[in-house]
Amino acid sequence: MRQLLLCPPDHYGIEYEINPWMSRARGADTALVRTQWRGLHEKLCSLGCEVHLVPPQPKLPDMVFTANAGLAVGKKFIPSNFRHKERAGEAPFFAEWMQEHGYEVIWLPGDQFFEGEGDALFAGDALFCGYKFRTDVSAHRSVAEILNCLVISVELVDPRFYHIDTCFCPLTDGGAIWFPAAFDEYGQRAIRSHVPNLIDVAEEEAAHFSCNAVVLEHNVVMPEGAPRLMESLGKRGYTCHPLPMTEFLKAGGACKCLTMLMPQRETC
Amino acid sequence: MPSETIQLRGHIIDSLILPKVLDEIISHGATFKIGEVNIGEQRKDQSFARIEVMAPDANTLDALVLRLRQHGAEVEEKKNVQLATAPADGVFPQDFYITTNQRTFARIDDTEIEVHPTLMDSAIVVDRASKTATAKRFREVKKGMETVVGHQGIRVEPLQRLASHSDLFEFLSSPASVEKPKSVVIREMAQEIKRAKGGNGRILVVGGPAIVHTGAGEHFEKLIAGGFVQRLFAGNALAAHDLENALFGTSLGVNLEEGGLARQGTQNYLRAINAVCGAGGIRPAVASGLVKRGIFYQCVKHGVDFVLAGSIRDDGPLPDVITDVLEAQKAMRAKLDGVTMAVMMGTMLHSIAVANLLPATVKMLCIDINPAVVAKLTERGNFQTVGLVTDMEPFLRELTSCVVGDR
Repeated sequence: MRQLLLCPPDHYGIEYEINPWMSRARGADTALVRTQWRGLHEKLCSLGCEVHLVPPQPKLPDMVFTANAGLAVGKKFIPSNFRHKERAGEAPFFAEWMQEHGYEVIWLPGDQFFEGEGDALFAGDALFCGYKFRTDVSAHRSVAEILNCLVISVELVDPRFYHIDTCFCPLTDGGAIWFPAAFDEYGQRAIRSHVPNLIDVAEEEAAHFSCNAVVLEHNVVMPEGAPRLMESLGKRGYTCHPLPMTEFLKAGGACKCLTMLMPQRETC
Repeated sequence: MPSETIQLRGHIIDSLILPKVLDEIISHGATFKIGEVNIGEQRKDQSFARIEVMAPDANTLDALVLRLRQHGAEVEEKKNVQLATAPADGVFPQDFYITTNQRTFARIDDTEIEVHPTLMDSAIVVDRASKTATAKRFREVKKGMETVVGHQGIRVEPLQRLASHSDLFEFLSSPASVEKPKSVVIREMAQEIKRAKGGNGRILVVGGPAIVHTGAGEHFEKLIAGGFVQRLFAGNALAAHDLENALFGTSLGVNLEEGGLARQGTQNYLRAINAVCGAGGIRPAVASGLVKRGIFYQCVKHGVDFVLAGSIRDDGPLPDVITDVLEAQKAMRAKLDGVTMAVMMGTMLHSIAVANLLPATVKMLCIDINPAVVAKLTERGNFQTVGLVTDMEPFLRELTSCVVGDR
């Protein structure tokens, strides 16, 4: 059974602005937040996942985005070193929780920014890591050493897609959905040469965070607003589960950002 | 040219980080030199590259390095030079760094300082208080002077070929050969001399007595009178034969106008030296009207600085000749400021000695009838050196007619 980590949105809100999506003038509707999060939780449970909940902490509104807790592979957990001080306080809570649940916690050097699964996704035999906005390339090297795996480092160039999980989503058939313009030319080439059967996402659908999806075998849990992508995935044999995510998009997150895979891979 | 050495490590091949970094360097107008590359053997193995990045100016380099850091480039820490004190006057510490004729920089207390002058076969003496690094030859070093040892902290800036400027030095800096198309080469040499005069440069001539023996003196005089010579380095012989010619019309007794040995001509040489010694030297001899023509007459009239260095076999020597070789070398070095071109004609030892004093930035033309001399000078590995094997008189006649006659 697939195990996932989520964090209830008790303290979620737009309390600072650290990406182009956030505006304190455009706050989240608390009731709608709860409804949308519950919708995701129920969907994941209904698809046969065991969902763990990490206790939310006051004054850490983005703790709800557990994909940025860190990266879990096998029984190893590499916690995030958040770039923004607003989120740095989340790391010890996530690390402590993972340790209590049997993970060996391996911290990266303090000067290497790393934002967990949000910037590190396995596709095929390689771990694809985004860099520049949030994560440093130097952290990729350390992760590669810790996990002894091939890391493909790709530069993110569009600030709207500041984590790799906002513009790249590996599928279980070895392919991936992606928004190519979020990567520089070299990143695009690197992804094309390592990932077969890529599905390009149109900009207007990518802007709905369509790539920010949780893939569970042949089910894809994704935000609403991507009819063309759903059609493409349908043709490839995937069942799409579109969910309303408007309140989390206000903070620059959606289904995948709200979910961490425990672990993402058993081995590299 | 400012530079930094960066290191890249990780999966830089699969991620295309290495080609991206190299492309970024070029697109910033900078250049690179790959020092070391280790490619991982297995897919999971990380790779490593060490790259020296050279930018046209410090600002460009800073902006570029900032960008490269985003791609994971780590800037290698620059190390300061290692110093040791000279154990005695005239003795460098063991393992002292030996300079080349290229621009050299020494990193002292985290600041890069240019070594002055650019002088090969010297050591670098550092004065931390005044933040200076000086190239010094053996006899200039005093006990206790701080001297650079080893190679750490030293950066040598090789002379850059100009891609946009094609000239004689681009095409003809090949091994000396008698089979070169002489008149073409001489015409090009003339163009170089005119270019040097047209700029802010100064032209140095190192000349041997063959200039006078071969009857080429009159051509050389025209070059001096035309303002194409600012410095003249020679030995006692050039001056003595030129003065003999000025006073008696002979060179080692041979009548230069008519040929043939003049009556008691061989004595003219010594009588000329004697006369100039009597006058107190070349300048007084010109001033008094004793010497009314010739190479040195033109030098005095046109304010050309000359240095005459002596040797064991010199007759006289003339009062102007510096007989202490170290003093002579010092006098020559003092007159190298601003020299951009050196023309070396018909003298082996003086040419080699002077070539060893010149920075690589000075263009050299070497002309001698002996191919071994030309080869020796052009072999110094500098692409700014062009040699021509030919007799002095036809060479100078052709050169002068191109330069002065504006052919």
